[in-house]
Amino acid sequence: MTTIGDKILYLEQLTVSFDGFKALDALTLYVEPGELRCIIGPNGAGKTTMMDVITGKTRPDSGTAWFGRDLNLLKMSEPEIAQAGIGRKFQKPTIFEQLTVLENLELALAGKKGFIRTLLAKLSPTQQQSIDDVLEVIGLQDQRQLLGRVLSHGQKQWLEIGMLLMQEPDLLLVDEPVAGMTPQETEHTAALLQSLSGQHSVVVVEHDMEFVRSIARKVTVLHEGRVIAEGDMDQVQNDPKVREVYLGE
Amino acid sequence: MELRRNAFVLANDRRSTGFIATLLLVAVIVPILNRAVPSTSALHLSTYALTLIGKYMCYAMLAIAVDLIWGYCGILSLGHAAFFSLGGYAMGMYLMRQIGPRGVYGDPILPDFMVFLNWKELPWFWYGFNHFFIAMLMMVVVPAVLAGVFGWFAFRSRVTGVYFSIITQALSYALMLAFFRNDMGFGGNNGFTDFKEILGFDLHSDSTRVGLLIATSIALAASFMSCRWIVNSRAGRVMRAIRDAESRTRFLGYSVESFKLGVFVFSAVIAAVAGALYVPQVGIINPSEFAPINSIEVVIWVAVGGRGTLYGAATGAVLVNYAKTYFTGALPEVWLYALGALFVLVTVFLPRGVVGLLPSRRKLVKE
Repeated sequence: MTTIGDKILYLEQLTVSFDGFKALDALTLYVEPGELRCIIGPNGAGKTTMMDVITGKTRPDSGTAWFGRDLNLLKMSEPEIAQAGIGRKFQKPTIFEQLTVLENLELALAGKKGFIRTLLAKLSPTQQQSIDDVLEVIGLQDQRQLLGRVLSHGQKQWLEIGMLLMQEPDLLLVDEPVAGMTPQETEHTAALLQSLSGQHSVVVVEHDMEFVRSIARKVTVLHEGRVIAEGDMDQVQNDPKVREVYLGE
Repeated sequence: MELRRNAFVLANDRRSTGFIATLLLVAVIVPILNRAVPSTSALHLSTYALTLIGKYMCYAMLAIAVDLIWGYCGILSLGHAAFFSLGGYAMGMYLMRQIGPRGVYGDPILPDFMVFLNWKELPWFWYGFNHFFIAMLMMVVVPAVLAGVFGWFAFRSRVTGVYFSIITQALSYALMLAFFRNDMGFGGNNGFTDFKEILGFDLHSDSTRVGLLIATSIALAASFMSCRWIVNSRAGRVMRAIRDAESRTRFLGYSVESFKLGVFVFSAVIAAVAGALYVPQVGIINPSEFAPINSIEVVIWVAVGGRGTLYGAATGAVLVNYAKTYFTGALPEVWLYALGALFVLVTVFLPRGVVGLLPSRRKLVKE
């Protein structure tokens, strides 16, 4: 489908302002198919606003956002964007607390999601298989019958990543996946995200520099709604502009 | 069905079976106690009591309808009495047409109140209501269309929570005011009463009352089972997801609005059928049935019984209404205080309602 040179995500000249404050200021960013991209930047740099624009939650004042060559994200509703193959993991784990791990994954299954269809829906063997596969990837096979609310913080984060995977997305947006995690959980998450890139494009927003260093091949630094640097971790850390706004002052 | 093998669901299954069994028992035993046991026997059940039980079952249906949307989908409707009353009015129109020339004024076509208002002919919207089938159709279609249009606007504009509750109150109140007007053609503040027969059976005979009770039991069982089927389907899990995290559900690609609209309309239809069964048993329908307080009472029944269980809602409806019958007879001035106190106590001390007191082997980890 995608030929070499085609990007999976094109954001060009995006500007979003809230009461005069420019959350995004002519932001331009491209994501390659299958890449694992980390986005860093100080608070207020526009990371979350960018995610909001991509998922249809916020509409920009100007600029364009295309998913692949054919889908204009600015013309699509939130459910349409989700259906088209962009999955988002929020900063705070938001799983369904009163449903079991299995049920959480079941609801996240890709496919038609109308009222009548879901009323009559049954798990097909293939769907059961893909749920089992995802359970294995996120390592929650033994917790499948537990209610969401009894999971640990890390398990909730993985379950949510699992729910994203059920949607078979082409692009995964992951917001601060390791905030509040223990070192072991962080390590597990790094391995998980790395195993996902390749089949999926993964965009991770994260503050934890150690974590970013351990997973990222390419890092984009945002500041005041603009990209100020892009490259591998060493390049970025040695960039004088980045040192000025972010690392040292 | 691996998805359903958990202890909480199993406990719910057991109790639901128990509920259906109880209902079946009532539908068999009550008519026997009324018809077959001689009135001299201590076991005899009066027709008054039998009708009362039928009335409670209509309330139980209404409570189940509210629990379906509130307990499972988080939509707090404070206007369900409106759908109940609309169903009741549709049935009332049929029953009025059945009176025929036996009315006080003896007009073969026009109900008494129209003769009294000096109307010369039947308004167009009364046509067809002399046929039971058409009346039955209207008692479902009218509330469904109203719920559909109302819900479409409300849910599409993402009106949620307390704002939704308030506009449902307004809806019910507006309908009450409209039905109070004589020129609406629904009997004004007197509503409809003095019914004679239904489907050719005398409404005052004991055997018709028994028939109505059995019909109500069947309708209650059918509503209960269809609601259970919905909440146990994947759509039911989506509803609970909407209740707990609406925007998250939207991000999963579900059109939250269409789910809300679907269950809201279905719930309105159950409420309307309950109202339609209620009217021939109590013998009257008037605009006070639309009163906002009635809708609020339903929510109290559900909260008292236990929200999000269906059988709990039905239990709450029966318990609270039994208490109401008792209090309004013995200590009428105390009733509203007792109801208020009950609601507060249950909310504070029994968040899972009366059925939450039932012994359960509730555990989070399943075998």
